[in-house]
Formats: sequence, structure tokens, C-alpha cells
Amino acid sequence: MAFQKMELKDIEVWDGNRAAAQALRQAQVDVVAAYPITPSTPIVEGYAQFTADGYVEGEFVMVESEHAAMSACIGAAAAGGRVATATSSQGLALMSETLYQASGMRLPIVLNLVNRALASPLNVNGDHSDMYMIRDSGWIQFDAYCPQEVYDLNLMAFKVSEDHDIRLPVIVNQDGFMTSHTAQGVRPLSDDEAYAFVGEYNPMNDMLDFEHPVTHGVQTEEDWHFEHKARQHNDLMTKAMPKILEVFADFEKQTGRKYNPVEKYDMDDADVCVVCMGSSVETAREVASEMRANGIKAGVVGLRVVRPIPFFEIADALKDVKAIAALDRSSPNGAAGMLFNEIAGALFNTNTKALLSGYVYGLGGRDLTKAHLVALYNELQANADAGKVTTQLQQFIGVRGPKLAFL
Amino acid sequence: MAKKGWDEFEIGAMLRTFDGKIDDIAGTRQEDRAYSQNSSYTASVADWRLIKPVFNKDYCIDCQFCWIYCPDVSIVSRDKKLIGVDMDHCKGCGICVEVCPTNPKSLLMFPEQADEETEIANWPKKDEGEA
Repeated sequence: MAFQKMELKDIEVWDGNRAAAQALRQAQVDVVAAYPITPSTPIVEGYAQFTADGYVEGEFVMVESEHAAMSACIGAAAAGGRVATATSSQGLALMSETLYQASGMRLPIVLNLVNRALASPLNVNGDHSDMYMIRDSGWIQFDAYCPQEVYDLNLMAFKVSEDHDIRLPVIVNQDGFMTSHTAQGVRPLSDDEAYAFVGEYNPMNDMLDFEHPVTHGVQTEEDWHFEHKARQHNDLMTKAMPKILEVFADFEKQTGRKYNPVEKYDMDDADVCVVCMGSSVETAREVASEMRANGIKAGVVGLRVVRPIPFFEIADALKDVKAIAALDRSSPNGAAGMLFNEIAGALFNTNTKALLSGYVYGLGGRDLTKAHLVALYNELQANADAGKVTTQLQQFIGVRGPKLAFL
Repeated sequence: MAKKGWDEFEIGAMLRTFDGKIDDIAGTRQEDRAYSQNSSYTASVADWRLIKPVFNKDYCIDCQFCWIYCPDVSIVSRDKKLIGVDMDHCKGCGICVEVCPTNPKSLLMFPEQADEETEIANWPKKDEGEA
């Protein structure tokens, strides 16, 4: 092999971006085409540095926009290479057209999405607006709550994405700055272990197979389009989750670190629970434990797999809870909120008597404090005690000015 | 083409040009290649054309300009000799006529319904005024 290996310590001090860059290096990604954007920049910068320093046998392609970045990734994936990139916010927005191309063309690409608010007003800090914006784009979406999970989920993302039964691109989400720039202890695999886990890239319908020429990215009208979209949805609904579970299990076998589509914390006997994503999950877990010391049976549900939505796992995790809060870190702009709607949909045809209320929080990097969560759990307990939602169904947390509540 | 169900085709917005494996494609003439039903080679787009090129071999010097410039690979050339136009794929753009250097031209555009033999019989004479 024409590249050097890197000696890593048992525990490295990495932020989420470094963890992602190291995972891309260890997976020996062939092509990264990127147009760097805050706060995801250090991921592609890291890969470029590793390539320049001889730690990766790959190509960093500089392009003129995020639209071009994903287009180049699509070309490289169609040609038959292992491909990854990273972006955030406005970059993802500019990429959005090509995201649908990538998934429709069934090309395995790993996109590190460092979650950041969408303008306007312009803002570089973390919220989930970008993650929410492309949730119907046909990509598998994982959510990491800390740098360790960024690293782990990147390795697992390639294994899911490149499987010949799946062949769908995967997004690994992490919170901008809160995860991407906060250094923590991360336990990496050795280069050999990581590469063995991800495995050799096994091409499929690649354009560089000259004995079997293919045309990628064809046009279909009313005669074929629906069948292609149906096939993609079918594979997301029936094939993606079993593969994800298999890869999660393989990873646990190798590292002892267990991942689940729905991450439950203290949920076995919980009366009240918070459902959220990103770094908020870790804050909520800490507060839930403190609430238990005060006699409130609090739990936390974190969504690990955002797409395909773990519909039945969500219902199973929440059906015995008395009061649930859905925390959406993206302005629904005229609706109830994605998590609120997904949870309501998952629970609607069950026998649950759970009370569901929605909260919009943390826009543009606004902190979700422990005090916010204490108040929220107390409000949920009041709902549980009253046997009804005592507030309006949608409230805003942490915004200045008169209280905002709707529905 | 038979309309297949959603579970009956390969994944991806992807089509194969040939049935099965190919080798020495550069050394195989178009008519001898195993083009698949999905290849545009097997689909006629002749009805896109309003005017058509007519080839008069009496004046052709086999310079291959038309073959090089045709955007649809519709000039059929064998052993560097122009033998005709692939009328299933020619869209009547007229570029072959534009680039033809002979006097008179060896290719001229005529309405789609024009009779080829009649037009060749009435082919324009050499323009003596041309340098």
C-alpha cells in the first residue's frame, strides 16, 4: 500500500470534526470533493492534510461550490470509488438538488453534516434546520451526540451505504460547534481494525468497468419515474434498517459500543420523557438522572437513525410513558414540528394514553440549559398528574420576549 | 418495451448500453455490437427531423469532415470512405453540409419528403465564381 499508517493512542482527544476526518482516513476514502463551510471545514481540511502527508491514497477535489462538490462526489461514486464529503447549513442547501440525484442514482456516499442554522438571518451556530430540510431526500441519516459517536457512525456509515442491497448515501449528523469543536476523549480503532471493519470497497455498476458500459443518471417520465421512487422507498423501508442493525451489532462485537435506532435512557419505568437529538440528548440524560433523585421518573429518548424513521421502535419506546416532550431544534415555520409529527404518527394507532407536547428550542446555537430541562420535566409531570396537556401543544424554550405558545 | 413493475429492474437511474459483457468494442462495427434495448442506438429518432441531408458520392473527397463534426455519430464511414447517413439518428441539423468543403457540396439539405434520386439528378453544378 502506498500510504503510511498512523499510530493512535487508546484514547485520543478529538473534537467531532477531527473524529470524522480520522474515520475518513481510516476508511481510505478514494475521493473527497468539498467546498469547505463553517463549522464542517476541519473535516475536509483534515482529509486533505492526511492525503498530502501520505496517510491516505486518495484525491481531494477542490470545487467551486457545494453543488459542484456533491456533483463531483456523484461522479466519483458512479465511477466506482469510496466517496465522502462534509458540509453545513447553506452548503447543504446549495447541495440539495444533487442530494436527490445521489440517492436516486443509488450511489454510496458518506456526507458529514455538521448541523448549523439556515439563514436568514445568517448564523454559523448549531441547530437542526439543515438536517430537517433534506429529510425527504432519500438519504439514510444517522445522528451523533458526541465526537466518539461521530467517529463510530462514520465507520458504520460506509458499511451500510456500500452494501449492494442498500446502495444509498448516508448522512452522519453532528451538532455544529457543540460537538464539532468540543474536544473529548475518543477511543479509536487501530488503522488495521478500522479498515477491516469497513472493508474493501466493492464496486457495483461502476463506470470504470469498461466491459459493462452503463449510463448513470437517466431521465424517466410518467412511464418509469414512479417505479424507481417506489423501489428506493421500499429499500429504505425494508432493507436499510435490518442492515443498520446488523452493522450496529458487528460494531458492538468489535468495540463493545452499542448503538440502537432509538437510544433509550432510563426508559424502563419512565413516567415522563424528552425526545430529542444531537448534543441535547446528553444534557437531557444528566437532567433526567437529577430529576429521578427528586422523585420524578424521567427518561430520555434520542433518535439515532433519523431516516429511515424507526417508526415501531419509537412507538415501543414511548407507549408506556405518561407524558412526552418532542424537542425540535428547527423552526417548523407554520407546523407542529418534525419530531412532534413523527412521534404522533408512530403512536396514533396504538393503545397508548401518552400525552404529547412539542417544544421548539436552541435555534441558531441558543443553549438548552439544564434549568430549561428541569422546568420542562416538571411541566411534563404536571401533565401526567393532570391526565391532560396543561399547556398549549407547541411552546418555545429560551427565546426572549413574551411567551410563545401555539396549537 | 414491456412495462416492468418496481421490483423488476436494477436499482439506480442506470441503464446498460450492451447486453452482457463486451470486449474489443473499438474493433467492432456498430451494426455488429450487442446494443441493448436501452441503448439509444436501437431507438429511432428520425421523426425529430424536418429536413434531411442527401449524400452525392460523385463529389465526395472522403475528407471525413462531416463524420468528425456530426453531433449524433450519424455519418456512416467505412475504411475512411463515406457510405451514407444513419437516418434513424440524424436529426437534420445540417452541420455536415456546413462543413463539407467540396464544390459543389457532396451533402445538401432537402425537405424530409424529397426524393433522393431526383435531387441527385438535379444536383447544383460547380460554382465557378468560388475561389
